[in-house]
Amino acid sequence: MRYFVILKVAFRALRRNKLRTALTMLGIIIGVGAVIAMVGIGNGAKAQVQARIAALGQNVIMVFSGSVNRGGVFTGFGGAGTLTVEDALAMEKEVPGVSAVSPEVRSGAQIMAGNNNWSTSVMGEGVGYLTIRQWDLEDGAMFTDADVRAAAKVCVLGKTTADKLFPEDDPVGKTIRIKNVPMKVLGVLKAKGASMFGSDQDDTILVPYTTGMKRFAGVTTLRSINVQAATAEQMTEVQNGIAELLRQRHRIQPGRDDDFLMRNQQEIAEAMSATTEVMTALLAAIASVSLLVGGIGIMNIMLVSVTERTREIGIRMAVGARGRDILLQFLIEAVALSSTGGVLGILSGVGGAKLITMIKNWPTLVSPQSIIIAFAFSAAVGVFFGFYPARKASQLDPIDALRYE
Amino acid sequence: MNTVIQLQDIHKTYHTGEVDVHAVRGVSLEVSQGEFVALMGASGSGKSTMMNIIGCLDRPTGGKYLLDGIDVSQLDRDELADIRNQKIGFVFQGFNLLSRTSALENVELPMLYARQRRAGPSQRERALKALDAVGLADRADHKPNQLSGGQQQRVAIARALSNDPSLLLADEPTGNLDTRTSADIMGVFQKLNDQGMTLVMVTHELDVAQYTKRMVVMRDGKVVSDTPVAKRLIAETELRRLQEEQKAAQLAY
Repeated sequence: MRYFVILKVAFRALRRNKLRTALTMLGIIIGVGAVIAMVGIGNGAKAQVQARIAALGQNVIMVFSGSVNRGGVFTGFGGAGTLTVEDALAMEKEVPGVSAVSPEVRSGAQIMAGNNNWSTSVMGEGVGYLTIRQWDLEDGAMFTDADVRAAAKVCVLGKTTADKLFPEDDPVGKTIRIKNVPMKVLGVLKAKGASMFGSDQDDTILVPYTTGMKRFAGVTTLRSINVQAATAEQMTEVQNGIAELLRQRHRIQPGRDDDFLMRNQQEIAEAMSATTEVMTALLAAIASVSLLVGGIGIMNIMLVSVTERTREIGIRMAVGARGRDILLQFLIEAVALSSTGGVLGILSGVGGAKLITMIKNWPTLVSPQSIIIAFAFSAAVGVFFGFYPARKASQLDPIDALRYE
Repeated sequence: MNTVIQLQDIHKTYHTGEVDVHAVRGVSLEVSQGEFVALMGASGSGKSTMMNIIGCLDRPTGGKYLLDGIDVSQLDRDELADIRNQKIGFVFQGFNLLSRTSALENVELPMLYARQRRAGPSQRERALKALDAVGLADRADHKPNQLSGGQQQRVAIARALSNDPSLLLADEPTGNLDTRTSADIMGVFQKLNDQGMTLVMVTHELDVAQYTKRMVVMRDGKVVSDTPVAKRLIAETELRRLQEEQKAAQLAY
């Protein structure tokens, strides 16, 4: 029997009992739709986390001044005050695989520009900072090495700060006052949005770290050093190199604790991704249960259908249908049922994900893979749950089937 | 003459529980091409079992059955299905048409299960021809519930003929029909027989058996008589007679 004919017969049988077909399909529609929407939510959350991690910069290692124990009293991280500008310069020169280094100091300050004022953190950074953070300028320019060497009174504004200080005019070329020091605005950074910890990354001012140390923070040591490795593969090598260099420079005896501390964004990224992956898997697992229930619904209805159509099966067998023809007919009917439900489920899942994004403002991401997998899975549900009823039909005795009332 | 059916000492025993039921105990029978045989007997005589064996729906437990020269007593389920498809046309008491399926599609059904596609006219054309042969070409698109009992049985006959079988097997074909329609259906059978078709019909009604050429009577799983029909009824004549009787009855009112 030609496949086209079997398909036609299957669809005709499904059309014959529209309400029953629709209700059976509903199980699969809900199952597939739920899987698609749930995985979409999970993937959306994951993509958002990844975007935020990427915003930290590529292959970035942050070296912090560590804690020290002074006569039994521990200072917090950064309290050691052991990182110097020389350490940073030595890293750039001596550790292989380092592509950029930016020493960092921070201080909070009240900033004034004309009649406006705003309190924000003033970050002393190196020229390489924007490269490390993969941060672009919206307008103007970054300060230069010459500015750093001269501890020049120049700055670059974050987007939020720029908007607060200069609600109407273009800030580039204007002068602002930080702790009463007049500073020339060289440029404005592009908006980067909230960090993954929720703080506004655009609410900041960048100044040369020399300026920051001398004029605002009043310190001689660094808060931290941002280091970028040339490639992701070199991260470990660079981290080990930095540790060795700093222990040597700080004359730390073997066996004693480091007076510095390193973090890289891969560690943070892995922890965050693992969390969202677990969440996605959990959502998908819950949704899969409804798909399973949908499959059982198909099996149930196919069993009823085989019983109802025993006589039809008998007639078909009497005129020469082999067991395999009958098996195929019912199997294709089950698969047609489940995969049609699958397609409708995909549509409702995609629609549902869009709706969630609209109403709840959650990011969702329905990938083509999840659609393909969902469709294949719904077809597989049809084969799996349709097989037993179809086999039962194919093994009927034609004489008994013909006599069945 | 070619022998279509050749039964040699056929036995059929059912094992139901502890008691073995011997439904058929040694039947030997030959039917040649162009014969029209009535297989008769009371219920329990084994005629239905014989019918199932002849129709290749069931296998004998003993003996040998040659259909068109092929030994079918040892074939498996699939091979029997193919034999039914190619060699045998069935007509049942309850018509057994697929409901909500047009007459034409019902007639096409055996063609769907043919292993080899035939050369020549298309499936649809052959189905239409078969419907035409039973006088229902104009009802091709009608569903069974839109047809009378006699018309439904005609569709069933057309379906039985659609794969050009060597044997037409009818199981109480007039059991659900009134006298007039019965004569009508027997007329169709007689016409087919005149064209050379071999027919075997199971029935318990003697008057219906009178339309055939040969009567085989079974009792207790054995053939007890096998005689040619002496006073054969011709369907056309009977129909005319019935019509006149009806007219006379109406005049009497």
